[in-house]
Amino acid sequence: MTILETSNLWFKYSGGSEWALREVNLEVSEGEFIILAGRSGCGKSTLLRCFNGLIPHFYDGEMIGYVKVCGLDTREHPPYVLSQYAGMVFQNPDNQLFALTVEADVAFALENLSIPRDEIRERVDWALKIMGIEELRDKSPLELSGGQKQKVAIASILALRPKILLLDEPTSSLDPYSAKQLIDTIVELNQKYRITILIAEHRLDMLLPYASRLIIIDNGRIVLDGNPREILEKNDVVSYGVSTPRVVKVATQLKKVLGDSSNLGTPLSVEELVEIVRRRRYQ
Amino acid sequence: MIVFENVEYVYPNGFKALNGINLEIESGEIIALMGENGAGKTTLLKHLNGLLKPTSGRVLIDGVDTRNSTVASLSRKVGIVFQNAEDMFFSPTISEELAFALNNFNFPEEVVKKRVEWALKFMELEEYRDKSPFLLSGGEKKRLALAIILAWSPDIIALDEPTVGQDILQKEKMIQIIKQANQQGKTIIISSHDVEFIADLNPRIILMSRGRIVKDGSAEEVLTDIQLLHECRLIPPQIVSLTSRLDFLGFKPKLARPEEVAVEIARRLR
Repeated sequence: MTILETSNLWFKYSGGSEWALREVNLEVSEGEFIILAGRSGCGKSTLLRCFNGLIPHFYDGEMIGYVKVCGLDTREHPPYVLSQYAGMVFQNPDNQLFALTVEADVAFALENLSIPRDEIRERVDWALKIMGIEELRDKSPLELSGGQKQKVAIASILALRPKILLLDEPTSSLDPYSAKQLIDTIVELNQKYRITILIAEHRLDMLLPYASRLIIIDNGRIVLDGNPREILEKNDVVSYGVSTPRVVKVATQLKKVLGDSSNLGTPLSVEELVEIVRRRRYQ
Repeated sequence: MIVFENVEYVYPNGFKALNGINLEIESGEIIALMGENGAGKTTLLKHLNGLLKPTSGRVLIDGVDTRNSTVASLSRKVGIVFQNAEDMFFSPTISEELAFALNNFNFPEEVVKKRVEWALKFMELEEYRDKSPFLLSGGEKKRLALAIILAWSPDIIALDEPTVGQDILQKEKMIQIIKQANQQGKTIIISSHDVEFIADLNPRIILMSRGRIVKDGSAEEVLTDIQLLHECRLIPPQIVSLTSRLDFLGFKPKLARPEEVAVEIARRLR
């Protein structure tokens, strides 16, 4: 089922001289896990902003084409409605948190939507539980670590029960260990709760093994869109500013040296490559 | 030369961020400070130009005790690019932003002009010279912040998490800039938990955890100590994870280029 679509979408920020998005045609099915990649400034963030209505309602500019989120045309519905379908998590959680307690932060959007008290309580409990941060409930967001803050930010979005979670480089300020934990949680949201994920990221090594689809954007245009394994097998994505995980480089070189492209496949993680080498060793 | 002697630093709220730091950095070294968020990396960097003064112990920059010096005079020698580059901007245009510190240091006008031109060109920011620094993208802001520091040419350049939000092409460029500045004799100190970036740079690594130095050695030594990295909540570079799990081919954990590892795997498979 199509949950998100864009048709011939162009966008130019007011005051900008170039189009930030060019002729974007995209169809996303429910339950997909999509990585948006490309160099800084390629249009990843701009595209995400089109999915929760920040564009065209918050950012001024010229928009051509349309975006439909769960069937709703974003031009006709305000962000507070759209964010109940597609919720956004930003790079810096500090920009998203402001209440005195974690619980109040997670409840905030729901209170604004005049949701009944009992339901707010139920949804907040649920969101804290699936993010694994129930013990942080009474803490001040100010005293949390970066990774914890980012989980609270996601919980406050999840409380809106969106079908789509949009994440704009959510791990960039986290240390690797916290980044890994956050990614594990995002993967669980996708696999266990069937939440559709669109995540913009520079660091692909932790994410790639879980992604159903990789979209590479260059200069506002979608240049590659498909199965991550196939894309990395056939293309040199570095020229688009996308870092290929080291294991993919090892595997590519190994194929050249061994001279048989058919058997190795394209491993996306250390585990996969080790398994391939092991099989070859003991075959 | 930079010397830390038994440095402790306690923030006003009672948090002890540095707990007995002893460290010597020679001129012309490249150093990476690694460790999880909160390990004390940024606090340590802030001691280099006197923004923070030790609660006990002392920091010497080329023999000068930072407690007896001002931030203004130390800054001539030590330039710090903070993680959030935007925090240092306030001028209406990018060229004015670049000129500000130079004017403050009383460089002659024609030198200021020349260095601003050089910095704009070097960091590929020429086309934005008359724009507000706040209109730049995240990656461009980082480049501007670094350009500002490079323009007044301090002997010691400290970079706090320079790769956050940077794509792979910008990271490659960052490595070039760091190496180039180093070849000109600059001491470079980088705080980072980007293990792949640091593995590429291959510097001396000082690994920190909870305000202490837990290991000080070559990139190879530190980044292949998987157990210790784990204790410091860092994840080893992919190449190290890979080689550590190829023990059945006789591999030991090591840091190498992907191409070398591939050739080595092929050789051992034959």
